[in-house]
Amino acid sequence: MKNQPIITTKNVNFYYGAFQALTDITMDFERNRVTALIGPSGCGKSTLLRLLNRMNDLIDQTRVEGEVLFEGRNIYEPDVDPVEIRKRIGMVFQKPNPFPKSIYNNITYAPRLAGIKSKESLDALVEDSLKQAVLWDEVKDILGRSAMTLSGGQQQRLCIARALAMKPDVLLMDEPTSALDPISTAKIEELVDELKESYTIIIVTHNMQQAARVSEYTGFFYLGKLIEFGLTEKIFTNPDIKQTEDYITGRFG
Amino acid sequence: MVQKASVISRRIKETLIKNIFAVFALFSIVMLGLIVFFLFREGLPIFRVVSVTDFLFGPFWYPTYDPPEYGIGPLIVGSVVVTILSSLIAVPLGVLSAIYISEIAPPRLKEVLKAIIELLAGLPSVVLGFFGMVILAPWLQETFDIATGLNILNASIMLALMAIPTISSLSEDALYAVPRDFKEASYALGATRYETITRVTFTAALSGISTAVILGMARAIGETMVVLMVAGGAAALPGSIFDSVRPMPASIAAEMGEAPFGGDHYHALFATGIVLFFITLAFNLVADYISNRFKEVGSGTL
Repeated sequence: MKNQPIITTKNVNFYYGAFQALTDITMDFERNRVTALIGPSGCGKSTLLRLLNRMNDLIDQTRVEGEVLFEGRNIYEPDVDPVEIRKRIGMVFQKPNPFPKSIYNNITYAPRLAGIKSKESLDALVEDSLKQAVLWDEVKDILGRSAMTLSGGQQQRLCIARALAMKPDVLLMDEPTSALDPISTAKIEELVDELKESYTIIIVTHNMQQAARVSEYTGFFYLGKLIEFGLTEKIFTNPDIKQTEDYITGRFG
Repeated sequence: MVQKASVISRRIKETLIKNIFAVFALFSIVMLGLIVFFLFREGLPIFRVVSVTDFLFGPFWYPTYDPPEYGIGPLIVGSVVVTILSSLIAVPLGVLSAIYISEIAPPRLKEVLKAIIELLAGLPSVVLGFFGMVILAPWLQETFDIATGLNILNASIMLALMAIPTISSLSEDALYAVPRDFKEASYALGATRYETITRVTFTAALSGISTAVILGMARAIGETMVVLMVAGGAAALPGSIFDSVRPMPASIAAEMGEAPFGGDHYHALFATGIVLFFITLAFNLVADYISNRFKEVGSGTL
């Protein structure tokens, strides 16, 4: 039943200047599975997520130790181009952040950068991606309209579609529903369930019910350390470590 | 009873403060109104002597000849030419330096560059004019082997130096205001820094940058001292960028002292002021329109 890991972190430490945000993180992310990262604010779960596609490179004075293997290769080797990594590992952010462009141009942003020019290929990509993100029926007649006119939930699904349009292998989601209402949240959760057929998904969430609903594996973080990592069912029903149990049952925070 | 009295005294205080502020706000509006009123009162009488069309498009500005000719065509052309040429120099430099400062430069260099640009903005225009006269003019004269270095090119370069700080710092504000979210989204989609700057940051800041450009141009067209000192002062239609011109502000400043009070020449100079007033007003309205238009629909229309 166990799938091959697509991403593996080995003894990863991460520093913002002198502050150590992550300590000795070793974990496997399995292919075509949903892995949830939970823990209180500031525990390092988002930092870990942003390490996996080298988004932390954009912040000054950060430092990584250890290895992050993507398909067996350490993405922090000096000869690895972070741009290539980010094309293979897509990301969806906490706050929906569509570009101030039309819906169509939001989706075609990454494919165009990759050199796809033909109108037919782009049209097909737009339709496919929007269908995968279950947004097609709502926007198929208004593709030329600004993405800013969509509702928050639609914008977030557009951001997912935009990430899917570059055909990534992995989708990182950083609290993708924290700015959304319950109905939009439910739609995104259904979507995550469908997407895991074709993608590996790693999702950071504050919402423990969400982690329990959508994920197969859950990692619990506290103060920059991975406290417990295992099958979601086990973490939520019978955790090995007291701290995990306390957090899950809402006894500390 | 004590409470009631304190409520009343508080109300009086509030009203008083409100009115004091209103008076101060009104003061500057009244002053502006008076200036415009006198500008028109002193300028409009010239149109009893020449028609509006002859005044605006007349090719000869000989206010002291007999009979005098009051055609400010060459002055308008002079102003427009130096403004356009200086914009051609200042817009790329201003916008590109803003992009470098806001998006590319390392933090410490950024601070240094910003300080230098602010310093450039603080240079008195007479100092720039002096520089144009004694350094740039002789150099131009020798390099291009021309009759005088006080010409359109010299004035345009000096005006560009004055417009660059305006364009650069306003553009930088516009670029800085582009949400970090957009840039992160772009990087996360596998864009390089160059692609992110050109396709996301720059386009999102475009309305602010346009406003910056127009305000920079407005600054150039209204500038007096520099063009008075380095444009050469020939009130004739120029044939090349090495010819001298006499832009409107320079003409007003140079001739006002010798124009007899209340005479036709005097009225003609005020009328030139009216034209200048309308041109800068138009620039400001356009800048206002651009920034408001994009504000209303959000940056989403780009």
